[in-house]
Amino acid sequence: MEILLNGTRVAVQPGQTIMQAADSAGVHVPRLCNYPQLKPSGACRLCVVQVKGARGLVAACTTPVAEGMEIETDSPTVADARRDVLDLLVSNHPLDCFHCEACGDCALQDYAYQYGIKEGSYDGARRQVEVDDRNPFFRIDYEKCVLCGICVRMCDEVMGYGAIDFAGRGFTTLVSTPYGVSLDDSACVFCGNCVQGCPVGALVPKSQVGAARAWEMKKVRSVCPYCGVGCAIDVHVKGNRIIKIEGAESPANHTMTCVKGRFGWEFVHHEDRLLKPLVRRADAPRGAVGREWFEEATWDEALAAAAAGIARVRDGVGPDAVAGLSSAKASNEENYLFQKLLRAAVGTNNVDHCARL
Amino acid sequence: MAERRGRILIGAGTCGLAAGAGAVWAAAERALTDLGLPDTPVIGVGCIGYCQEEPLLDVELDGQRFTYRRVKPDQVKRIIEKHLAGGQPVTELLLGECVDAPNPYPTLPFYAPQNRVATRNCGFIDPTSLSDYEARGGYMALRNALAKPPHDIVEAVKASGLRGRGGAGFPTGRKWELAAKSPGPHKFLICNADEGDPGAFMDRSILEGDPHAVIEGMVIGAYAIGADEGYIYCRAEYPLALERLRDAIEQARQKGYLGNNILGTAHSFHLHLKEGAGAFVCGEETALMASIEGRRGMPRPRPPYPAQAGLFALPSNINNVETLAAIAPIIRNGADWYAAMGTAGSKGTKVFALTGQVNRTGLAEVPMGISIREIVYDIGGGIPNDRELKAVQIGGPSGGCLPASLLDLPVDYESLQREGAIMGSGGMVVVDETTCMVDFARFFMAFCARESCGKCTPCREGTTRMLEILTRICDGNGTMADLDRLERLAGNVKITSLCGLGQSAPNPVLSSLKHFRHEFEAHIRDRRCPAGVCKNLISYRIEADKCTGCVLCARNCPVEAITGEKRKAHVIDPEICIKCGACFDVCKFDAVIRG
Amino acid sequence: MTNSLDEIADANTILIIGSNTTESHPVASLRVKEAVRRGANLIVIDPRPIEVAEAATHWLQPLPGTNVAVLQGMMNHILTTDLWNMEFVDSRTEGFAEFVASLDGRTPEWAASVSGVDAGLIRAAAEAYATAERSTILYAMGVTQHSTGTDGVLTLANLAMLTGQIGRPGTGVNPLRGQNNVQGSSDMGALYDTLPGYRKVNDAAARTALAQAWGVADLPAQPGAAASELPDRIMAGEIRALYLMGENIALTDPDANHTRKALTRLEFLVVQDLFLTETAAFADVILPACSWAEKEGTFTNTERRVQRFYQALEPLGESRPDWQIIVELSARLGYPMPCASPQAIMAEIAATVPQYGGIAYERLGEAGLQWPCPTPDHPGTPILHREKFARGLGRFSAVTFRPSAELPDAEFPFVFTTGRSLYHYHSGSMTRRARPLAEHRPDAYAEMDPATGSAMGLQDGDLIRVTSRRGEVTVPVRLVPGTGSKVIFMPFHFREASANLLTNTVLDPVARIPELKVCAVRVEVAQA
Repeated sequence: MEILLNGTRVAVQPGQTIMQAADSAGVHVPRLCNYPQLKPSGACRLCVVQVKGARGLVAACTTPVAEGMEIETDSPTVADARRDVLDLLVSNHPLDCFHCEACGDCALQDYAYQYGIKEGSYDGARRQVEVDDRNPFFRIDYEKCVLCGICVRMCDEVMGYGAIDFAGRGFTTLVSTPYGVSLDDSACVFCGNCVQGCPVGALVPKSQVGAARAWEMKKVRSVCPYCGVGCAIDVHVKGNRIIKIEGAESPANHTMTCVKGRFGWEFVHHEDRLLKPLVRRADAPRGAVGREWFEEATWDEALAAAAAGIARVRDGVGPDAVAGLSSAKASNEENYLFQKLLRAAVGTNNVDHCARL
Repeated sequence: MAERRGRILIGAGTCGLAAGAGAVWAAAERALTDLGLPDTPVIGVGCIGYCQEEPLLDVELDGQRFTYRRVKPDQVKRIIEKHLAGGQPVTELLLGECVDAPNPYPTLPFYAPQNRVATRNCGFIDPTSLSDYEARGGYMALRNALAKPPHDIVEAVKASGLRGRGGAGFPTGRKWELAAKSPGPHKFLICNADEGDPGAFMDRSILEGDPHAVIEGMVIGAYAIGADEGYIYCRAEYPLALERLRDAIEQARQKGYLGNNILGTAHSFHLHLKEGAGAFVCGEETALMASIEGRRGMPRPRPPYPAQAGLFALPSNINNVETLAAIAPIIRNGADWYAAMGTAGSKGTKVFALTGQVNRTGLAEVPMGISIREIVYDIGGGIPNDRELKAVQIGGPSGGCLPASLLDLPVDYESLQREGAIMGSGGMVVVDETTCMVDFARFFMAFCARESCGKCTPCREGTTRMLEILTRICDGNGTMADLDRLERLAGNVKITSLCGLGQSAPNPVLSSLKHFRHEFEAHIRDRRCPAGVCKNLISYRIEADKCTGCVLCARNCPVEAITGEKRKAHVIDPEICIKCGACFDVCKFDAVIRG
Repeated sequence: MTNSLDEIADANTILIIGSNTTESHPVASLRVKEAVRRGANLIVIDPRPIEVAEAATHWLQPLPGTNVAVLQGMMNHILTTDLWNMEFVDSRTEGFAEFVASLDGRTPEWAASVSGVDAGLIRAAAEAYATAERSTILYAMGVTQHSTGTDGVLTLANLAMLTGQIGRPGTGVNPLRGQNNVQGSSDMGALYDTLPGYRKVNDAAARTALAQAWGVADLPAQPGAAASELPDRIMAGEIRALYLMGENIALTDPDANHTRKALTRLEFLVVQDLFLTETAAFADVILPACSWAEKEGTFTNTERRVQRFYQALEPLGESRPDWQIIVELSARLGYPMPCASPQAIMAEIAATVPQYGGIAYERLGEAGLQWPCPTPDHPGTPILHREKFARGLGRFSAVTFRPSAELPDAEFPFVFTTGRSLYHYHSGSMTRRARPLAEHRPDAYAEMDPATGSAMGLQDGDLIRVTSRRGEVTVPVRLVPGTGSKVIFMPFHFREASANLLTNTVLDPVARIPELKVCAVRVEVAQA
């Protein structure tokens, strides 16, 4: 099947939307409410394009291609309409980008820049909502919300909880829990997939508030350290500190995470972290339990002590008097080396891990 | 006193009840008892269309039926005594003789061009009685239809040229054809009874006056498209219609017109009644289906069309009340009969709700193609007080304002669309020189802004911005740049919005700008409201030469802004004046000047 | 898993047994939800009113410890109604006759009498599983953490083979692994009886090959001690020195009091961890390891997908990656390991572990590779047992239902069972040090049925004392409708109310897994 896209013949697949066809042809159609894992919604209307013969403009995200369709994605009519839609959004959006976590990672900011919108030209009413800081995971600032509905659909279509929906009508429409209760008291499970989907600064992890913005953070691909699903994640780092974690694309999770994977990383920086080797004091009675019986040591001292203790039993009692437990949290490489140490360096099969717990 | 064969009919639709039909009804029963005629039936019937003349009371005697207008309870006894008992109509209270025909009052100008098809039974049957409906041929069409293959029904409706009466005017037969072709053992047929346009009440009138007409249309439609389940989505603000429907569905079920194996055939159709909660947008079919499903009433993009994946993602077909009410007559009388009425592109009849500054108001069902002039002047009797007609607003908040210069425009889908209005559900508001077109546009925009569901950006944000600009202009704070911006925004909201509500919300603004731009400019350039409506732009003063000092104005001023000695010229303090216009209205000497 | 996570979404029937999927494997549960939205049957066999149970088309609520009976009832019904897959059984399996004999008398009514599940529901579930085009089984610790855990797994395999619901997309027997790299740890041979790649330690050929690769004369041939046996072996003086890498057995072992006592008996204990855990407090040397974010490597997920993770942070303080510590320690034990980097270690793994033969860092990309991946050009294996089983013919196992080791009695009238909560993980050493999670769900709790609770005069939040033969904990109660009237549930994440002070150390004789899911307790109202 072929269409005429901005005057160029393009081969397309039947059933594709105009947006999908444009994406494969390398033509970017602006969008706010479209999200790969969600059904198209057609809400933001930024993706309107001109189709020859159609009444008005059509949304590229929801309109399927048809043989011979002639599409203009940036004609003067389209550009003017799109600029006006953006103008409407910006006119009802706080212009505090100086002070916004999403700055530099904000679809509205990007498109406003692209379409030359310095500020909204429609003065008049502005949405006024207090910041909702009630839950410990993320901050909700609905003055910045563009009502794209990604959060609502994420919670409904993917997660199946429906903790939030639109409330009110027209200009006063808001995303809300039933009766506006805190998410803590709603069906929300704090997976935070809505936070990741938010194209603006309406939903921001609390760990990022005042901490870092997009260009300051290094994004490192990783795998979640919790359950066996093995969700791919991106660890966002500034100055050797994790700022936030987001889901990444892998067949294991398709960018989704759960609450632990996204919000459960602070243990890395916890004050309880052991930062130096510890060796039991010489005067500690056998079996004494507690931090007070330890002294800090250098790695050399600690490793020597560890090796000596193991070697003493191995050589004195026998290899099978030594045992080791590896960890299902450690990497393949580490597990391999660990059992190799027990089998080759000590000479015992007394090696196991917590597979059964 | 000799017993005579007769009965009393009372217009007991919502319009009649609002006008006092309840008291008239009680008075009639009292009078019959007093007069020793307690066995004479008193029947509440649906609205016959002449709402302005309610309460209507009919005396039917020996096959002749006379209608009394604007009946007061204290007149009832006299009417019954003289007419029913005595056989002498009370002529001075009479509206006219009512005949059982497509035009029930051939001699009345209000009815002259009328041809009642969808409203055929309204006012003629007891809407709570299935046998009344059957006695007038009810469910005959269903019997006919079930004897033919479903395909024939689709073809007949296609040939009739019937188009959706809810507003968009999509050919009903085509819609049924698509739904019939959609595969699946389980399909829905839905009746959209969520009449939301301010000023439109034809659907309510049909549901209250003839509920079985809609049900019969649905069962036939369901047979044609292969639907086994249906919903009537009716707004909760129509309690009487809901009651009538609830009863009628139960009657039809008991009589075998609904349920399994209808009339012994293989066709089964289960019908549910669903109350809407009053959102205008739920008249939009995808939002309506979402609402039935128990979700928030928000439109979704098409495709997929309801015929492919509608209610509960199953093939579905949605028709409006008036459309469905026309089905049985089309099946019974043939497609050609229906297609003979109307114009080439717009066949059949359409019910209009005529309201506003016009002498006669009510519901009028006329053939398509009749001119606006005929509706306003022949049916409506022109403008009160011989004022000038300024505009006719057609099609509700999604419609447009047509100026007096277009009075001879034929009322059909194509012509209206061409001039920037739409057929809509058939609301027709007549406006004279005392209406400010900017204020009028603002009224409709306020409605759309309030009823926008909030899903898509242009409608959610744009209607409010347009309203703000219109308000600014009405307040005298508008600029010519505002006018340009309004026009551009209206155009963009129209072409970018998701559903029909947003796409048509700018229509009143755009058509007003097209036909009445000078009024907008007068507000901006001259800081003047030509119609004298916009308070910020008008002031009242008393012309000393004409003032006789009668003090009537001062006595009527609610804020004591007018002072003056008796028999001497009075003055208005503009600082205190709230521009209510009371002085202007009461002055007998035209001494109060509005400018 | 025999199959892949994404295939769950395409199944027509999903049987979830012993898995609180939405809380323990939330992202896997999204596929279950997707399938249910598309109209799939969802059979849930679980004693607790968990979220998947409430979304199920068939919820079978057995008494804890009676899974095998329910499954046998289902299979008995499948046999008597001829819903089994003769072609599959004939061509792909062996041991069928013996298996059929083992189901003699195991009718749905019998299963109902043992488990408390309605016989009609057992039949309906059996039909929904057997007749669907694609049926998949998901299970977790609710099946395995029993003294009959092996029987439970074998019974699931029987069910899948009986109906031919294995070896095709959207089918299979799929354990949802609890730890991010429990699959990889097992693959790598961190097991007392198998070498890397699941070769038994008594497999001389495998031992010889590895010994050669590792440059040693020979490797031990006798199976070692399983983790669950360590406390007893220590107490017996057989094991004197212990090297723990990231394990907190003082909290996670059943009958934790017993484990803690054993730890004091050791001659020498090395603990390598992020924190000074309850276990580390017993150590002679504590080696500070760094977290996963401070190192690189690979994890293998529950669908056998080997995925890379990269170093996001420099190691905090003087902490070091586990692999570096092992290398250093090994050298000091007289066995230098020539490993310069995780990538080099993976190269050695590829050379010595057949299933990982084709795994190399540069091949893993963003999607990773699913083993078996024997050669550098092999695309990986999303579905196991397609043409034949790993051993050739699939072997039916004749299983006899055995009740749990410790059943309720007059003194301890409740069945006590443990599990996870969405917001916490294992011993809580990570999640309880993550402020948002700790703030949102700070406290331990025990769940019981509202009727049972109110009969004791309890309201939500009241303190109860739960006592088993091994210990007692005091914990606030949550009254959860649908919890069986004789069941008490506790998550095991909370050190201040450690569920494992109560649990039973009895082991499954084959897998040596402790019976954490069933023991007997009594419940009393505690004073605040």
